[in-house]
Amino acid sequence: MKFDQPATTNPIDQLKVIGYPHDRIDGPLKTTGHAPYAYERHDIVADPAYGFILGSAIAKGRIASIDTGAALAAPGVLKVVTWKEAGPLAKSKNHTAHLLAGPEVEHYDQAVAIVVADSFENARAAAKLVRIDYQREPGRFDLSQQVGRAPPKGASSGEGSGSEPVDRVGDFEAAYASAPVKIDRSYSTPDQSHSMMEPHATLAVWNGDRLTVWTSNQMIAWAVRDLSETLKIPKENVRVVSTYVGGGFGAKLWIRSDAVMAALAARAAGRPVKVALTRPQIMNNTTHRPATVQRIRLGAGHDGKITAIAHESWSGDLPGGKPETSVSQTKLLYAGANRLTADYLATLDLPEGNAMRAPGEAPGLMALEVAMDEMAEALGQDPIAFRILNDTQVDPEKPGRAFSHRNLIGCLELGADRFGWSRRNPRPGQVRAGRWLVGMGVAAGFRNNLLMKSAARVEVTRDGRVVVSTDMTDIGTGSYTIIAQTAAEMLGVPMETVTVNLGDSSFPASSGSGGQWGGNNSTAGVYAACQKMRDEVAQKLGSNSADIHFEGGQVQMGDRRIPLAEAAGGMSVEDAIEYGDLGKTYQQSTFAGHFVEVGVDAFTGEVRVRRMLAVCAAGRILNPKSARSQVIGAMTMGVGAALMEDAVVDKRIGYFVNHDLAEYHVPVHADIPHQEVIFLDETDPISSPMKAKGVGELGLCGVGAAVSNAVYNATGVRVRDYPITLDKLIERLPEVA
Amino acid sequence: MYEAVDAELSRRGVLAVGAASMAVSVAPAVGSARPAPELQPSTAHVAFEVNGERQALELDTRTTLLDALREHLHLTGSKKGCDHGQCGACTVIVDGRRINSCLTLAVMHEGSRVTTIEGLGSPGRLNPMQAAFVKHDGYQCGYCTPGQICSAVAVLDEIRAGIPSHVSADLNAPSATTSDELRERMSGNICRCGAYSNIIKAMSEVAEASGTPA
Repeated sequence: MKFDQPATTNPIDQLKVIGYPHDRIDGPLKTTGHAPYAYERHDIVADPAYGFILGSAIAKGRIASIDTGAALAAPGVLKVVTWKEAGPLAKSKNHTAHLLAGPEVEHYDQAVAIVVADSFENARAAAKLVRIDYQREPGRFDLSQQVGRAPPKGASSGEGSGSEPVDRVGDFEAAYASAPVKIDRSYSTPDQSHSMMEPHATLAVWNGDRLTVWTSNQMIAWAVRDLSETLKIPKENVRVVSTYVGGGFGAKLWIRSDAVMAALAARAAGRPVKVALTRPQIMNNTTHRPATVQRIRLGAGHDGKITAIAHESWSGDLPGGKPETSVSQTKLLYAGANRLTADYLATLDLPEGNAMRAPGEAPGLMALEVAMDEMAEALGQDPIAFRILNDTQVDPEKPGRAFSHRNLIGCLELGADRFGWSRRNPRPGQVRAGRWLVGMGVAAGFRNNLLMKSAARVEVTRDGRVVVSTDMTDIGTGSYTIIAQTAAEMLGVPMETVTVNLGDSSFPASSGSGGQWGGNNSTAGVYAACQKMRDEVAQKLGSNSADIHFEGGQVQMGDRRIPLAEAAGGMSVEDAIEYGDLGKTYQQSTFAGHFVEVGVDAFTGEVRVRRMLAVCAAGRILNPKSARSQVIGAMTMGVGAALMEDAVVDKRIGYFVNHDLAEYHVPVHADIPHQEVIFLDETDPISSPMKAKGVGELGLCGVGAAVSNAVYNATGVRVRDYPITLDKLIERLPEVA
Repeated sequence: MYEAVDAELSRRGVLAVGAASMAVSVAPAVGSARPAPELQPSTAHVAFEVNGERQALELDTRTTLLDALREHLHLTGSKKGCDHGQCGACTVIVDGRRINSCLTLAVMHEGSRVTTIEGLGSPGRLNPMQAAFVKHDGYQCGYCTPGQICSAVAVLDEIRAGIPSHVSADLNAPSATTSDELRERMSGNICRCGAYSNIIKAMSEVAEASGTPA
């Protein structure tokens, strides 16, 4: 189905199933421990061998020699595979670093060997016996040394907003020079880790020259492609299955070393092998969100209208890598005739930087939305009024191009009302509640809505069940449930009648899960397949689609009512949603107002989040329960980014030191208060037949800045170097008793 | 292994600061190709009760309780999120108390009574806490969920038993199921999807229904 005109009224608009807060259909399996993740497929292979990956002990250099003799002689060991035994391997274009090192080493903890044994304990112990001599070379590990010198570099990772290296509109320098009110501020965000709860894991099984991996991956078709490219085997010979995925947040967009090393190990050992990365390996063996240094300059008239806006960002990655496109949202979020945005890329020899939830916007808004707060204060304006004054309904770089639908103002105004913004004291450091300094902060949330082709197969069984199959993944997002809701709505059957099969490359290729595009696109693909089913049923019954209705498990044609099982039993159709140029003609984005109240301990500087509210405008909400969960989860990650998450670089050796969950702090229960989410009641017919957009990343975008602005309002201390830890506050806190 | 590697690197790294190039050798304790006798794994017999069923296993003594459950008994509901006692995904209830099953060796549990997520309820017969998690969407990816639920069940028992927490105002008074108490006691169970707000709602509902003092 080609989607090249805005949607008109369609069966989804009935809203009999879509739009209801259905419990997740995978809930009973997940809450009882019966949902099988990649490492748990005892149902597939009763007795796999265990692989244990050994990572490089240096960040840059060469492997001079490897002695695997002791490991091979250790109890239970079946094989050791290093680059010497692996055979020819390629690097897919989606990987910056090779997934197996040798002889070159590109980053610390890059896989250098896998030990295969009959038990996990034996494989782990034998990995200690592999003797490796490295020739270590000096590396570049310090982003700050390259700020101001690194060259401009654009990026389009395929996951998130693409970005030109340098964008200019009007004459920023002249407009900024002549602006009566202006600020020039620098901000930094640290390296961050996805730290999803399920470590990367793979079970690899060869059948002749055909490989099947049960793995934990967000993008099944990409995984097939990249395994095929890396192992130099035909795509047709690769099957990838990810039935359940224990979180990804971007870390599982592309296959990692577990998949490649499991495949190599299974081939060498001649039997199925399963591999899980250890928790400490996740930080240095896989990817992370790169640190940024950002400079923002804003110029405005005394009336508060922005006349000049510049956002520049520096980040680093391995040679051949990409920048963190932190300036993306600044191209689109506010009006202003004179504009400059630029991403600069330093070369670093740290582990590969790559997409983490809302790549670009998440760190970008942590700077921009604090700068907006600072500018509002410089102007003597309320931060919400200042944002509303500078709202734009068109792409500020291309004023002939409108937003498909944009109600940022509605988000901010409703949020202000619900949160009690009028009670905020605009003078910072004035509100005390016992030992707590209390403050409120606001930030705009912004993230683009991305359109991706997505296919599905829909069958009606002879007993009237509807079976949907697509390689779409459910990474906690609720895909199983909203896909079932879509099919139930389209074919007029109750939810219980629908079976959803996901995450298998033998199913039609979907959009996959990333960039908050999964919900809208994968359900639109199911819509397309269901529409085809409706058309074919109509044809079979000698009617046309406009004259028949699917309702209550029956097909209605005039006075005739035929059970769906009779009308369509045994039929199977496949179709895809494919987009025309509506994504280019219109700017499609999602919007939020994030509101946060914090208390800062007047004596210790400890920050506690007291209240959080997100008001989101993201098109039709397909399932308010799972969508709300996406948003509160993202808000939680935003609190982590603002207050604690910081992957610390050892700049001598070149690795992330705090590489586990005890040292890399993510929010825990005690850090998160009750959270409120409001979805504006809207649809976006330009987005898809579902009239929905993404929410999973919108919920994160802007949260860190709202926390930061609340800390400033509470204390009068502006910390521009994330995370906002108490050591950065305590020296400058107001005097207390 | 990480301890050994890092120690080696740190020592040499300090010496090598400023050096253009250096050789790093990550040497195992054993240099010869033949394994030393002490490397032969020892096994032991252990018997315990899991979800009401007696289990007798011959295990490598290095096997954690978590791996005994997951790899030997195929009870994969208990999850391995960190294998370091940092995330809580492996939480099970042993002799009435919740523990991180990755931090304890299976052979230490001779005669123990172990309850895993599979022992609390099944997809067709959810335990009240499992049902409350579904109702309040107290999970997303589902990987931390079994640990959260085992912890949640045990937390309500701890409060009923009058065991105070870090946030209890009075160590001698009965605890209550306030949100602060629940959040504090649940903080060993990390949920990166961020379902915390919903988990507290689910727990509060179960606590209220079971008459735990609020």
